[in-house]
Amino acid sequence: MSARASRRKAVNTIAGIVAGGAALLSLLALGSILWTLVARGLPALQLSVLTTSMAPTGENGGLANAIVGSLIQVAIGMLVATPIGILAGTYLSEYARGSKLGDVTRFVSDILLSAPSILVGLFVYVLLVATTKTYSAYAGGIALAVIAIPMIVRTTEDMLSLVPVALREAAAALGAPKWKVVTLIAWRAAQSGIMTGILLALARVAGETAPLLFTSLGNLNWSTSLGQPMASLPLAIYQYAGSPYDDLVQLAWAGALLITLGVLVINIIAQLALGRKR
Amino acid sequence: MNQAPSLAIAGAPAPAAAPASTRGSERLFSGAVTGAGLIVFGLLGAIILMLVLGAWPALTHFGPAFFWNPVWDSVANEYGAGVMIYGTLATSLLALLIAVPLAMGVAYALTEIVPQAVRRPVGIVIQLLAAIPSIIYGMWGFFVLAPYLAQHVVLNVADAFVGVPVLGKIFDYGSGNSVFTAGLVLAVMILPLITAMFVEVLGATPVILKESVYGLGATRFEVIRHVALPYGKRAFIGAIMLGLGRALGETMAVTFVIGNATRLSPSIFAQGATISSTIANEFNEAGGGSLKLAALLGLGVTLFVISFIVLSISRALVGRRVEN
Repeated sequence: MSARASRRKAVNTIAGIVAGGAALLSLLALGSILWTLVARGLPALQLSVLTTSMAPTGENGGLANAIVGSLIQVAIGMLVATPIGILAGTYLSEYARGSKLGDVTRFVSDILLSAPSILVGLFVYVLLVATTKTYSAYAGGIALAVIAIPMIVRTTEDMLSLVPVALREAAAALGAPKWKVVTLIAWRAAQSGIMTGILLALARVAGETAPLLFTSLGNLNWSTSLGQPMASLPLAIYQYAGSPYDDLVQLAWAGALLITLGVLVINIIAQLALGRKR
Repeated sequence: MNQAPSLAIAGAPAPAAAPASTRGSERLFSGAVTGAGLIVFGLLGAIILMLVLGAWPALTHFGPAFFWNPVWDSVANEYGAGVMIYGTLATSLLALLIAVPLAMGVAYALTEIVPQAVRRPVGIVIQLLAAIPSIIYGMWGFFVLAPYLAQHVVLNVADAFVGVPVLGKIFDYGSGNSVFTAGLVLAVMILPLITAMFVEVLGATPVILKESVYGLGATRFEVIRHVALPYGKRAFIGAIMLGLGRALGETMAVTFVIGNATRLSPSIFAQGATISSTIANEFNEAGGGSLKLAALLGLGVTLFVISFIVLSISRALVGRRVEN
């Protein structure tokens, strides 16, 4: 074997070792995160976490109000974002192909998609909190909606563009008006893809903390009033993780484990839904 | 011959012949769809308008110097974004410097070395890791990484560089909560995202291209280096820019570990602040209508401008939509 060939072989081997090392290092870091999450979260995860509200240190509080608060705000967010997102995605895919307004809207949606979530929180603060002079669950829900909308727009448009044109033409040839072609043919064909997009958006906003800081503020007490500040799981974690008390820090880990499990389960469902279709 | 299907056929009944109810439904549906499009269209303008409106008092009070003044002093009521812009850029670039080579290595290992059967499950695990909320990364950084770095890394590295010009300043003594730690946490956070995209890009290289180079006697590394890398260049850049965008705006992962010190230091082991960490950290101290609140919103405007620039650059480099 020539010197050149053996050098090339050596380079190849070294590259493989370096890549393997990088993979191991990455696994180590990410494994450490999951391990910490389970090791600290699982012992702290008792039934009382789900059944009692947040309480000062030493009073055996839980996260019930934060969990319910998160559910309420995420529900508000998704109820607002889903119809707007699907319709806007449909507009981009079915009504605005090649039009100027469509191109600009697509660009705007892309910017929104990559806009830092904390800016959305500031936006809703100026729009709803500063004007109404009160932090509220509404404001939190709207902030989450603003984050979810561009995600749903993007997947809806992408999934609709995968529907064969021939399918639409066949329906149109039978005399179906455009809105029927879109709702009965295109939407139905893209159903599982759009559902996946909605689920992924749901998983994403469920873990968002920054946009809630200035909108729903957090609340240590039980409150389901939509016009009042409301607790949420990510905010409770943020408040408790930085606290000097061990029992509160433990609760933060329990909450962290809960929210990660929730997000992962939604993601797995979404992947399965998409995988089955493929 | 081949006319667009939308053209009316000569002699066919005019559309007016359709039942009135159908026309009404059609109008209703296209109206709803267009309306939703307009809402999305207007959302961006509304965000910019609200941020600038809220930041206006600070922007007029401090003038353009707001964007580079390194003083952030709540007592003297003087605010500038200099330190935070530095912190934002420094942590994000540090994150890219660490995450991109690692992601490249993982992607290479995953597509070329690891057995086929393992690839799909590992790919799914990577995608799931990318979905973990950023606050979890922040907590891990705060409770695990920062104490570890403080005990085992910062002192040793600083010791090694004492007396060395320039490097001695960059690796000066500091604490576990620092610009460096924040960059490291961000790197770990964007690692799954970038890796997933890299794997996709490597997998998209046409097999026939790779096989013809193998046929010429190339090694695996050479195929990646000289075929897959150039072939997917644009997509790689797009993935990196997307990771950069994510790192620039990240709040929770950074706020936990950067120390939130609003003074400038050349050392990466010194405490620092990013735009988003400062907003998250100091918002509750700013009263409604105060100059500080306006300054915090001014930081928001700054962050928006920075991420817009990054997105524009990546679009210009990639030449098409950056996939998420």
